[in-house]
Amino acid sequence: MPEIIIREAIAQGLREALDEDDRVFMLGEDIGAYDGAYAVTRGFLKQYGPDRIRDTPISESVIVGAAVGAALAGMRPIVEIMTINFTLLAIDQIVNHAAKLRYMSNGQFTVPMMMRTVTGGGGQLAATHSQSFEGWYASVPGLKVLTPSTPYDALGLLRASRKDLNPIVFAEHSMLYGTRGEVPEEYFEVPIGKAVVRRPGKDVTIIGYSRMAHIAEEAGNRLAEKGVDAEVIDLRSLRPLDTETLFESVKKTNRAVVVEEAWKFGGFSGEIASAIQEEAFDYLDGPVARVNGLDVPAPYNGTLEAATIPTAQRVLDTIEEKFGI
Amino acid sequence: MELAVDIDKNQVADYYRQMLMIRRFEEAAGRLYLQGLVRGFLHLYIGEEAVAVGAIPVLDVQDYVITHYRDHGHALARGVDPKAAMAELCGKATGTSGGKGGSMHIFDVDRHFMGGHAIVGGQLPIATGLALAIKQRGGDGAVMCFFGDGAVNEGEFHESLNLASLWKLPVIFFLENNLYGMGSHVDKTHAAGRDIYVSAEYYKIPAVQIDGMDLLAVREATAEALKKVRSGSGPVFLEAMTYRFRGHSMADPVAYRETSEVEAWRVNDPIERFKSFSLAEGLMSEDELAQIDREVIETIEEVVEFAKNSPEPELDSLWDNVYA
Repeated sequence: MPEIIIREAIAQGLREALDEDDRVFMLGEDIGAYDGAYAVTRGFLKQYGPDRIRDTPISESVIVGAAVGAALAGMRPIVEIMTINFTLLAIDQIVNHAAKLRYMSNGQFTVPMMMRTVTGGGGQLAATHSQSFEGWYASVPGLKVLTPSTPYDALGLLRASRKDLNPIVFAEHSMLYGTRGEVPEEYFEVPIGKAVVRRPGKDVTIIGYSRMAHIAEEAGNRLAEKGVDAEVIDLRSLRPLDTETLFESVKKTNRAVVVEEAWKFGGFSGEIASAIQEEAFDYLDGPVARVNGLDVPAPYNGTLEAATIPTAQRVLDTIEEKFGI
Repeated sequence: MELAVDIDKNQVADYYRQMLMIRRFEEAAGRLYLQGLVRGFLHLYIGEEAVAVGAIPVLDVQDYVITHYRDHGHALARGVDPKAAMAELCGKATGTSGGKGGSMHIFDVDRHFMGGHAIVGGQLPIATGLALAIKQRGGDGAVMCFFGDGAVNEGEFHESLNLASLWKLPVIFFLENNLYGMGSHVDKTHAAGRDIYVSAEYYKIPAVQIDGMDLLAVREATAEALKKVRSGSGPVFLEAMTYRFRGHSMADPVAYRETSEVEAWRVNDPIERFKSFSLAEGLMSEDELAQIDREVIETIEEVVEFAKNSPEPELDSLWDNVYA
């Protein structure tokens, strides 16, 4: 099976959409002549032309709003907001409009719009450029939030998204674009709202998404060296959330730890912990543990920043501290 | 006032009827609010009828209309069923959104009536996108986007004008300048003062200020603007100077303006003005106007009865249409 990196997988998914559906067009800052801030759309402008690869001014609100309007009128716009930090400038269009129009119109309208954006820290970009807001968006009914961590999932979720008529937040992690993985040549999709078990095990469930799915897997592998058999789950979708896979796992392992890059206070990991405790409390040997980004604005200094982001070691330490394994 | 050469008797009757329908609909909505049958926020369009009725009928069916939360007048002028609109105000299952949208969120997909948007300025980016879709597909469709003087101080206004002008999108940005954003006078909120249309010229958008109390002036300016927009030359900006005779919403005691100011504008009542014109030009007789008055009152009585007698939405409908 050929191996590609996430950047290539996303580009492939976008090319398929552009090739197969003339309602699809892209708009965003520097996606064309510049080839994309993270080079995902390299060569797109030349291939598809300026009507379908639309470079915009730095105007996040009208970028997303224009996509909402175009979607209402039957197009299939794909927006790129350069980073999730900048989506805050469009949050009115995302939360008050894209997420609401179907419900408020009682189903008269659909908003089949995808907003791709780049989440996460780790690049020493300091406090305004290193945040993880996908959990915020996941709290909004009407939005779907996808967080692929592998080339397979990135392509498979992009393909599934094209068949979904809802507004979708597609959060790509800035540090994962070069992540390599196997992607079959034959067509496949990854269902929206379905988690995947990366590593089956019976002693403890480690749950992560996006870059933290890799941290969870690394922790699971290191636990195996200690003779602890961890089950590792990659959520892939935050909303809809595949609670079934989580509950099944916890019923087997009786212990769970959630790893998330976003701040702990009000973080999405709390939602997962709460869901598990509400549904599977009797199966738990102890409270669901949470390993999150530290509750500080991301510092610029590399050593300081690294201390804020969860690592496999921190996951191991937490598991040892909370569960004694 | 000069007689517009291309207006016939039937059109005059129709315009008069439409403006009066809006006026009586709004008065009835106000009464239902006081009876507790309409809840939430209720923003009445009374005084501004000549803008919606002068502008919207100029459009074709394939064009799009999108507006702010003071949306009943635009909805009715676009042909939205007044029964369904009033039922929506009353939160009923028969409403345009089955009771889920309310007064500020009237939608009618079949009439390309795209709402009803209650976040000030939020509809402008969406209007830009509707126009972008038209451009992507080709064709000579157009978008008419209404907003108030309060919206021009939002970033979304400037982002939308800039992008629509850059990409030459077919949209009429239609400012209803009623001089007040809630209780704040435009002179205190907008640095360029009340002649807001000049700010569009910065974005190289042709802009015209018109008397929004004069239906024929609105109609003429709209027809001109639409011709330009359909030609593919990009957006046009219209600023209709108008006035709401009632408060911002039913909850507004209107403490921020003098009664004398309201009275001065009432002299300019768009319906009375159109009526006088019609009589003076011999386009309508007193009897014909009185006949329309009676018919509108009867219609509104039926509308109110329909809304009152409609069922509440089923509790189960709560979960419908969160997702497609």
